Amino acid sequence: MASGTSIPIGVMTAGRTGVQRGSMRRFAQRRSTIAFLLCLPLILLIATFVVYPAIYAIYLSMLNKKMTTFVGLGNFAFLLRRHTFQLVIFQSCLFAITSVVLKAIIGFILAHLMHNIPGKNQRIWRGLLLVPWVIPLALSTLTWWWMFDPSYSAFNWVLNRFGIASVPWLGVGWIARFCTITVNVWYGTPFFMIMYLAALKSVPDQLYEAAAIDGANAVQKLFFVTLPMMRNIIAITVLFSLIVTFADFDIVRILTAGGPQDMTHVFATYAFQVGIQSGDIPLGAADSLFMFPILAFAAFFVLRGVTQRTKEIAA
Amino acid sequence: MSTSVATAGRRAPTTAHKHSLHRSRMWALWGSYIALGVFVIMFLIPPFYTLMTSLKSSAEISAQTGSPWIVHHPTLANFWYLITYPNFQRYYLNSIIVTVLTVAVSMVISVLAAFSLSRMGFWGSQTLSTGVFLTYLVPSSLLFIPLFQIVGWLGLINNFWCLVLLYPTLAVPFCTWIMIGYFSSIPKELDEAALIDGAGYLQILWKIFIPVAMPGIIAATIFAFTVAWGQFLYPLAYLYTSNQMVLTVGIISDLIRGDVFQWGKIMAACLLASLPPILIYAFLMDYYVAGLTAGATKG
Repeated sequence: MASGTSIPIGVMTAGRTGVQRGSMRRFAQRRSTIAFLLCLPLILLIATFVVYPAIYAIYLSMLNKKMTTFVGLGNFAFLLRRHTFQLVIFQSCLFAITSVVLKAIIGFILAHLMHNIPGKNQRIWRGLLLVPWVIPLALSTLTWWWMFDPSYSAFNWVLNRFGIASVPWLGVGWIARFCTITVNVWYGTPFFMIMYLAALKSVPDQLYEAAAIDGANAVQKLFFVTLPMMRNIIAITVLFSLIVTFADFDIVRILTAGGPQDMTHVFATYAFQVGIQSGDIPLGAADSLFMFPILAFAAFFVLRGVTQRTKEIAA
Repeated sequence: MSTSVATAGRRAPTTAHKHSLHRSRMWALWGSYIALGVFVIMFLIPPFYTLMTSLKSSAEISAQTGSPWIVHHPTLANFWYLITYPNFQRYYLNSIIVTVLTVAVSMVISVLAAFSLSRMGFWGSQTLSTGVFLTYLVPSSLLFIPLFQIVGWLGLINNFWCLVLLYPTLAVPFCTWIMIGYFSSIPKELDEAALIDGAGYLQILWKIFIPVAMPGIIAATIFAFTVAWGQFLYPLAYLYTSNQMVLTVGIISDLIRGDVFQWGKIMAACLLASLPPILIYAFLMDYYVAGLTAGATKG
């Protein structure tokens, strides 16, 4: 990435002009050499296992299945024509957007409820609510799978108790989609809650007092004080969550493995099925590369908004 | 009740106002508690069900009678089976090895880099900081297929050492980011004074920065631990024999054989495997939450 140690500009604070320019420069040079060496492990790690694989993925995605001939954009065109892949695009977006919106709303409500109760009690409640987020997702998804079990499942037993017929939770497309989203919301909401709670605590009380004097009601306070003050943290949290959710693998893989009739596949699980299980590595690489422009687009706009607002606040 | 308040209100409006304010606040407080209680119950249903199932014998689960939500004849047989099961011991040991090494490697890399990026700087260090942040946005499922090829070239397919190489890529960007935040908050006078006294950079890092930024280090360590302990995609894609597997894939591939689901044992295994993260969060959650939210607000 950074090509080296050659030009140490702006390292030292300007102002100490004069006396020992030469030794100062040597000092600055030595300083930036050490600085570069300290970063070297990071640079090597990212270059070898992130940047290189990313470039290699683009190359891979343009080969045929046996990886012998160059097919250009053939794999991408093939995927786009395939009905299963069209489903994958739709489902990834549905899964990510629905989950993130639900997580954001429930997390917001939880953070507000938490903000209402006295500080000394918050710790224990927060601890209880963070449990879903602490358990490794692959393991908690196993429990959900067992709860969705069609024959003797926890949920169906409750439904039967109230005289409702058993639901084939993971056996019917739209219900299975709903189940995967539910698990994701259950897992991800605590993250939103703690982020929002930290943001709520950082809003100065004077703003609410000023709003109250101006006669603002609770809803007006929410929309004209709380939300504007939290905009940056909401944007960042949504971005993180959107990326993680969009690229989710564990839930769909364990709960449905993409079924029934490929109606729950997302990019990651489909790439795994095509690339690793069926051994068509180029097609799998092409599939996961589809995620990149979508994620980059979201990241670009969110981060641009955040920097703009930070500048406005600073100005 | 209402009449007394009304009469009081006529006599002394200020106290009545105070009372109603107090009462509405009490209502808001109790309402919050009740709503939070409902959410806690909903959120804790799956862990509760895991615990209940793990205490059931296989016979009780396959009998399919009575409520599945409670245990009729609690037994620790599932836990005992797992503790004495060589494969499960192997997964646990592998997970511990991989996690400890990942955390150590990630922390060394990210602390060194964060010190350099936050304090020293070199040509291109600004670009590198931005690059580190953007790397954090690269999810594991984006690059696992090219990495499969690269792991193959290294001869590390079906070898858990490949995880020690790959997990740091998931942990280091965020750890570096947290550490840059904590290091930047240390006053510059502190290291300038040490420099004048003749301390080297590594001495400054070791004797001043690391002790002062300990909360950040704990937060970053927990993050690296969480990533390494819970990752599922990489081990599933790169490991296939039970002597190399880690807990997340080991439980799924070992205890589910075809159509036979030993749910009691699976749930007991999930509990045992979730124990280390739960314990760590129980004691160190405050540090982690502080590090996480500080990182996000600075971004």
